[in-house]
Amino acid sequence: MAMALRALGRRISHSDRFFSSLSEAAKPPSDGKLINLFTAINQALHIALDTDPRSYVFGEDVRFGGVFRCTTGLTDKFGRDRVFNTPLCEQGIIGFAIGLAAMGNRAIAEIQFADYIYPAFDQIVNEAAKFRYRSGNEFNCGGLTVRSPYGAVGHGGHYHSQSPESFFCHVPGLKVVIPRSPRQAKGLLLSCIRDPNPVIFFEPKLLYRLSVEEVPEDDYMLPLSEAEVIRQGSDITLIGWGAQLSILEQACDAAAKEGISCELIDLKTLIPWDKETVESSVRKTGKLLISHEAPVTGGFGAEISASIVERCFLRLEAPIARVCGLDTPFPLVYEQFYLPTMNKILDAIKATVKY
Amino acid sequence: MSTFSAVKILSPPLFAARSSSPFLASPFAPPLSRSGLRSTRLPLPPLAVSSDVISGQNPIASDSSTSRHAEVSREEALVLYEDMVLGRVLEDMCAQMYYRGKMFGFVHLYNGQEAVSTGFIKLLEARDSVVSTYRDHVHAVSKGVPARAVLAELFGKTTGCCRGQGGSMHMFSSTHNLLGGFAFIGEGIPVATGAAFSSKYRHEVLKESNPNGLDVTVAFFGDGTCNNGQFFECLNMAQLWKLPIVFVVENNLWAIGMSHIRATSDPEIWKKGPAFGMPGHHVDGMDVLKVREVAMEAIERARRGDGPTLVECQTYRFRGHSLADPDELRKPDEKAHYAARDPITALKKYILEKNLATEWELKAIVTKIDEVIEDAVEFADSSPFPPRSQLLENVFADPKGFGIGPDGKYRCEDPKFTEGTAQV
Repeated sequence: MAMALRALGRRISHSDRFFSSLSEAAKPPSDGKLINLFTAINQALHIALDTDPRSYVFGEDVRFGGVFRCTTGLTDKFGRDRVFNTPLCEQGIIGFAIGLAAMGNRAIAEIQFADYIYPAFDQIVNEAAKFRYRSGNEFNCGGLTVRSPYGAVGHGGHYHSQSPESFFCHVPGLKVVIPRSPRQAKGLLLSCIRDPNPVIFFEPKLLYRLSVEEVPEDDYMLPLSEAEVIRQGSDITLIGWGAQLSILEQACDAAAKEGISCELIDLKTLIPWDKETVESSVRKTGKLLISHEAPVTGGFGAEISASIVERCFLRLEAPIARVCGLDTPFPLVYEQFYLPTMNKILDAIKATVKY
Repeated sequence: MSTFSAVKILSPPLFAARSSSPFLASPFAPPLSRSGLRSTRLPLPPLAVSSDVISGQNPIASDSSTSRHAEVSREEALVLYEDMVLGRVLEDMCAQMYYRGKMFGFVHLYNGQEAVSTGFIKLLEARDSVVSTYRDHVHAVSKGVPARAVLAELFGKTTGCCRGQGGSMHMFSSTHNLLGGFAFIGEGIPVATGAAFSSKYRHEVLKESNPNGLDVTVAFFGDGTCNNGQFFECLNMAQLWKLPIVFVVENNLWAIGMSHIRATSDPEIWKKGPAFGMPGHHVDGMDVLKVREVAMEAIERARRGDGPTLVECQTYRFRGHSLADPDELRKPDEKAHYAARDPITALKKYILEKNLATEWELKAIVTKIDEVIEDAVEFADSSPFPPRSQLLENVFADPKGFGIGPDGKYRCEDPKFTEGTAQV
């Protein structure tokens, strides 16, 4: 999977709003060293703290480097006043971060696992998302970035594997961003930190060590709200984000052996999402399949499906397929039956194409 | 290592905690008496117990100068010893099984803290409830859940106490009144508060009373949790309604990598009890007899209906936070200091000094426990994994509404299941 992801890195194309073929012209900055996801995030945090003296990183256990090592070396370089541990109170952490951001600072708060974000849900939804709106732009918490590892990891069980992205996609005023690889993560995280809106940045924890890619060492940003076409195809469009993309890639390869040409899109930013890129792709292929780990009912795939039906109803040749987690709590054993695996996606691709 | 000096005597607040329990008479405050003075209820004694480890004195009169706590009988001592050895052997076996790949996921071991679990739970009856955290294996076996059921649950087998659905962090047992098992810190405390309310309601309103008093709920949680909002909310509610609950803080000084002293404005957690109107005790959690003494009082208090107590047990975990934690942050001399105060070794020494049992008898207990755990491992090994259909069960109460499709078969046997498009 690492090889595939590395290959992915080299074929990056930046899709502009009018969908075009792979453009060699829009190449990202010079190739750097091979590093994994947590190192890329670490580099992004270093750069963010370097470039803005009023930015802070805090959360549970971040001082020694964090349970996933994303914050190593920050305390040594920037000091305890800017990189510090908080007590175990997610509601307090995020509320406090909102306050920091409201006073013009960049607050980069870490929630140790996305499953623990729920006590902070109230602060995020009721305060962060509405701060600018209800104060008539007197104050805003645009400097807020919440980073959190999410997603299945193989042995996580109920409370170390959840994907809560769809809860936040339902809240106007927030942005939700999910990277798929180290190079994306660094650029997107820097964009999120510097974006003048509150952003939730979910990091696929499965990929922290697994995903390795060449990442430039300098400061670069990738645009938010732009989806990316990773693979060209003509028979069906596949959409995913985060760790699920590698599964979708495998399914693409398997489908290619059966003569089905798949177009693969990484949504990157879930809210506000790039409807135009997806729409142009569906206009080309006529079929769509969405895949995410979160439970299918009410997951973000439902929003994509409804929007695309509104826009491309007459062009669609088959119902939009959603291959997602089941509508149960994340199970302890039998994770592989719960998750949208490659086989499930392949079956759905075939069923959709042959509709 | 306690770097703060624990104050010994706790005085109750000068004002009385007025009960606004919905059961006891009117929820309104008693009217002002004619003299204009508010009628108050006197605080109930005894509210202060000092911990010997700090004061070096014993407020409870003892006969001999060498005994530092109330005497235990031979039977009681052996029960305590066996329970602590059971906890230790179980946790060591868990570690072994984890490294052999039989167990997976996040496993948090209790080595070193056995005195707290044994000290409290061995005083409870079957009708009392226990609420724990993710470090719950030993609370489960102390409460009476068979080691077989616990190990099978850890292996993810269908014969486990939660049918393999809960795992290490979610041990539940309705027969033994073990209410879990919470991966999320602090989430168990409100649940325990609710259970205590139910016990009080049954006793006072429904009159389903046991002549020995109310069913007590004991909530265990850690030092990190004491900075969480839910903890404070529940202290308030419990005291407000005088619930039969004991809040036990297992202060092992570390929350993964965060030192308690550096994360808390006032590290003396027991003080937070009196702030809400309930007594707060601090006790040396490495000494099971001292824990037991304090526990006895707290549980009796709850059973009488006098309300909650907050007990802070100063303890230590010998292993890392979880089996995946490299445990690099704690200093070796701190670890050595507490390793020297191993609760099991301490109790053994006490038993031998007081001639309550012979060394041979104690060894026999250890051998017996070893056999129990070996048998449990074999049982867990040979048990089957849950069938795939179990994945869809127990989401809602009605299995037909979810797990079983309109054709009477389990939905996961639906061919669309592999496509991932089956709607459940």
